[in-house]
Amino acid sequence: MIYVGELADIPVGESVRVQGSVAIAVFNADGELYAIDDTCTHQDASLSDGWLEGCAVECPLHAACFDLRTGQPSGPPAKKPVRTHRVTVDDGLVYVEETVRVEARELARAE
Amino acid sequence: MQTITIVGGSVAGVRSAEALRAAGYDGRLLLVGDDPHRPYDRPPLSKAFLAGGVDEDAIALLDDVEVAELALEMRLGVRAARLDPAGGAVELADGSTIATDGVVVATGGRARRLPGTEGVAGVHTLRTLDDARALRAELRAGSPRVVVVGGGFIGAEVASTCRAMGLDVTVLDGLPLPMAPVLGPRIARHCVDLHAEHGTDLRPGAAVSGFATAPTADGPRVVGVELGDGTTVPADVVVVGIGIAPNTEWLDGSGLAVANGVVTDAGMVTDLPAVVAVGDVARWGPGAAGRRHEHWTSAGEQAAVAAANLLAGRTEATFRPTGYVWSEQYGRMLQLAGHPSAEDHVDVVDGEPDAGRFVARYVDAEGTTTGVFGMGDPRTFGRVRRSELRRRAAAA
Repeated sequence: MIYVGELADIPVGESVRVQGSVAIAVFNADGELYAIDDTCTHQDASLSDGWLEGCAVECPLHAACFDLRTGQPSGPPAKKPVRTHRVTVDDGLVYVEETVRVEARELARAE
Repeated sequence: MQTITIVGGSVAGVRSAEALRAAGYDGRLLLVGDDPHRPYDRPPLSKAFLAGGVDEDAIALLDDVEVAELALEMRLGVRAARLDPAGGAVELADGSTIATDGVVVATGGRARRLPGTEGVAGVHTLRTLDDARALRAELRAGSPRVVVVGGGFIGAEVASTCRAMGLDVTVLDGLPLPMAPVLGPRIARHCVDLHAEHGTDLRPGAAVSGFATAPTADGPRVVGVELGDGTTVPADVVVVGIGIAPNTEWLDGSGLAVANGVVTDAGMVTDLPAVVAVGDVARWGPGAAGRRHEHWTSAGEQAAVAAANLLAGRTEATFRPTGYVWSEQYGRMLQLAGHPSAEDHVDVVDGEPDAGRFVARYVDAEGTTTGVFGMGDPRTFGRVRRSELRRRAAAA
């Protein structure tokens, strides 16, 4: 478990970046917390710097959009999903549990 | 339409293929390109790819699965030689002909060269994957002294990449203040200052008059760049980044209007409703106000509009450019959105220009925000852009 911070320090519409085995971005989307890999799968950019719209974040460089719930990109320029991670809140403190790598798209294609 | 042929295999062509399928087109779809490589993304060619940080796979625009999903037939490594709208055909340089109902012109441009560089080893332009490979190989051979001709985005990015590789770099630009016609004097100054701060020798107001060469067993090789004041800047490698010329020659005799690009209406449609143009080659808009956008983001935005209009058979959608451009220099992201004029007033709204991290807006004489510029702060840039510029959702 990675300690992220106090829930009160991540207001709605905001995000923070923490370091797991790679950088992880934690978002507060209308009160729901989500965590995904911070680095855009298109080209090197920090998604925690991106724009939050509903349950999606838009990369600040080239406007690739990722669904925070699934990590899937909605279309070009990104193709590969980002990993999603479980977020828990315990007594006002936010934690992230880093997921092992799952290439969701590869799995979906194999089905 | 039963067959649509996209001529040009860079980002504008690929986004057109994706947009046509997304819009429901289920007929035959071909993509013809003179570049022998699978479609790839050009922006990294002057940055991470040139530095060696990413490989060909990382910059591919389409993988095998995507090509199959798009049901896209690709004819790569062959140039389109002629468009015959009356006969409904695209003729290729290998003598073959493609019968087609619709055409997307996405032939882009080629790097402009300087006279006296033909056949001179060590003088490079940077437009294609092969260009980038050739330049990368020379940058890695020893510690060449690099001279970049042109202080625009490409030149500045190459200089930045070379400095990160530990090479001595000189940038020559004819303007007293490079970038000023695009960014205005104040923002241009902050961008240009990055060169000196990172050890690049920028020489503004430098007029290149010729190239000094030395004979080798393989022919002449560049050893210096000659300036109008009679001096010569020693060089082992020269990179010429002075813009592009649109690839329109293949359209001669087609009946399409060509004037520094393929002339289109506001919806990327040419004089012929079955022919649209996108990307660097397209000159859209009315009459003298028509202009080309040589930008990655515009290519995608135009592709969505052009695909819709091609399938509709008339102009239903119009192109509304966001004007978004980015560059990466010396570890800093430079971002611009909107359509500022070089004369607009500049307000710094966040950060410290002298620290190389700030966001500013351009304001015209009426007090309207015309553009937003950011250096080293994508997060704040995105927020200011959204609050200051009305922005439609990016076209898919």
